[in-house]
Amino acid sequence: MSAVTKKDTSLSSSFLDSFYAQKPSGLFAGLREEAAKLLTHKGLPSAKDEEYKFTPITKKIEGNISRFGHSSPFDIDRTELEKHLVEGLDAHLLVLNNGFYDKNLSTEMPKGVRITSLKDLGDDANKIAKIVTAEKDPYAGLNQLAFQAGVFVSLDDKLVLDKPVLILHLAKSDEKGQTIHPRIYIETGKFVEATFIEQTIAVDDQVYFINSVEEIKVGEGAHIHHYKIQDENKQTLELSNTGVDVPKDATFTSFVLSLQSQMTRNNLSLNLLDSNCEGNMYGIYLLNGKSHVDNHTNVDHTKPHAESNELYKGILTDSSRGVFNGKIFVRQDAQKTNAFQQNNNILLSEDAIVNTKPQLEIWADDVKCSHGCTTGQLDDEALFYLRSRGISKENARALLLYAFAGEVLEKIENETFRKYCIQLVQERLGSKGG
Amino acid sequence: MLTIKNLHASIEGTPILRGINLEIKPGEIHAIMGPNGSGKSTLASVLAGREEYEVTEGEVIYKGKDLLDLSPEDRAREGVFLAFQYPVEIPGVSSTNFLRTAVNQVREYRGQEPLDAVKFLSLMKEKMKLVEIDQKLLSRSLNEGFSGGEKKRNEIFQMAILDPALSILDETDSGLDIDALKVVANGVNQLRSSDNATIVVTHYQRLLDYIVPDFVHVLFEGRIVKSGDKSLALELEDKGYDWIKDEVANTAV
Repeated sequence: MSAVTKKDTSLSSSFLDSFYAQKPSGLFAGLREEAAKLLTHKGLPSAKDEEYKFTPITKKIEGNISRFGHSSPFDIDRTELEKHLVEGLDAHLLVLNNGFYDKNLSTEMPKGVRITSLKDLGDDANKIAKIVTAEKDPYAGLNQLAFQAGVFVSLDDKLVLDKPVLILHLAKSDEKGQTIHPRIYIETGKFVEATFIEQTIAVDDQVYFINSVEEIKVGEGAHIHHYKIQDENKQTLELSNTGVDVPKDATFTSFVLSLQSQMTRNNLSLNLLDSNCEGNMYGIYLLNGKSHVDNHTNVDHTKPHAESNELYKGILTDSSRGVFNGKIFVRQDAQKTNAFQQNNNILLSEDAIVNTKPQLEIWADDVKCSHGCTTGQLDDEALFYLRSRGISKENARALLLYAFAGEVLEKIENETFRKYCIQLVQERLGSKGG
Repeated sequence: MLTIKNLHASIEGTPILRGINLEIKPGEIHAIMGPNGSGKSTLASVLAGREEYEVTEGEVIYKGKDLLDLSPEDRAREGVFLAFQYPVEIPGVSSTNFLRTAVNQVREYRGQEPLDAVKFLSLMKEKMKLVEIDQKLLSRSLNEGFSGGEKKRNEIFQMAILDPALSILDETDSGLDIDALKVVANGVNQLRSSDNATIVVTHYQRLLDYIVPDFVHVLFEGRIVKSGDKSLALELEDKGYDWIKDEVANTAV
């Protein structure tokens, strides 16, 4: 291949060189080749790229990561695994070990749930990379080039799961700094009701780059909840691309709790494809140290009478940084759309920064859309009020910060998981704050 | 119980209090009156420990301790209570949770066992009757969406729960209709004992028909310029504050 000389594409070119040395074959050869072409052409995003203006993750990756191909699974037994599980959470367990589906560590799924390793897919292979395409985001392209044995999850019509499915990513790098490219495809039948909880466990404190792609195709009339905890190690570099197709009469709710990493970028896209569907996006980021979390969300209203709700809240201290970008797209056909978006931030230190940007593009004329963002300090008057009743400054502060975050935590329907998140949030706010 | 000596305080460099002297004994009710801007609310805030005020001179001794040396929370734990002129709305914090945290932190400071949920609930129920406050109101976020009267009633309710030795009511009557005023006054009167004292800061004499003071002080330009008994309040009601201002002007000459 021709050498790519632009500096900001050095990562992909060095990786691509090795890729072209061994031409892809097999099930996803076409997809990989397409991704390689795009990456060769466009490279990975630099700070000059509008979409990545505030989040120089490519630079971070170049500085920390030496291997961009897919890492291999590592040895871990059930006892070790169980140390990391959410206590008391009764869930079906789906384990991906450095991005590879681990059938032995996973629990048996109930009737109506089928899990297939991506490498064993038959005709369903055609469905991959239709919702999240390589064009949408260069990192999705990188995943498309490199992913291995991720999972294809399929839920039968009318299946109502009594327990959530916990998708557990186990991440471990060797000392060199590796890349993990998890890839997940979930499709649900009609009227399915299910909750997916996704959690990434950093097994040690080595730096790794986790570059995941998740595609979710919700069935008609289905109700799907998707919760995610990002509480990894201080070195973690994380990029996630999640795309969701929401059809007629269906509801999809996302919640993301970001607590620890070096730098995280989440791209979340909901495609509201028909009437009477609903998409909800909720998030909390509690950042300290130098951690940096960027949530880019996008909701696309294509047909009349659909609704979207979005609420992201951040509490930042030290020299952490938060980025929020919320795009709402209402197409001409999408009359009677209701779309609400809110992003609120509290900065607890001089050096913490938030960049927040709502982006509304509305082509229909009979819609109800609202958006708002606030960034401020803790309310001194409220703090004094609580202290004047005998509550210590630290407790008053924690009480107010918790109340701020609580509005989002209430959106979690699974009680055990909500309590777990509440506990994580309270631990963070009670101790050093932020 | 409380001795204020030559208290000077300013906010952002502007002097507001210019030498307050006041002595309050257990069992007494003192009314602080005065025209707008005379420093009434500043006095209340300084006593409660609001941090934007800087005390530039003087001292405040409360139960033998230097009050100005204590943090706002320690003042509360020592038994000082400020009923806010503008109670703060705090979304997401339930009144019940807030009060239980407050009560137990005060108890901890005093070396008492924390109240469990059951005991706390019965304490709440008992005090709720006092200010005729609805349980529904208390299950909501603190003061959020409360009417003016409900907020003031909630202040007196908190006072009842915390059982302070020194209560400072900062214009608790402002904006209340007569029924709400009676409820609030009734609550204050029932909490009155020979062990505790109350400072009533008010602009109007009306409240003092219901909470009868032992002393009335007139604050003007940051000083107490006149003190008397409850009849002074009636005189102020009748004649306004101008004669006081004239009197001060004449003494100054």
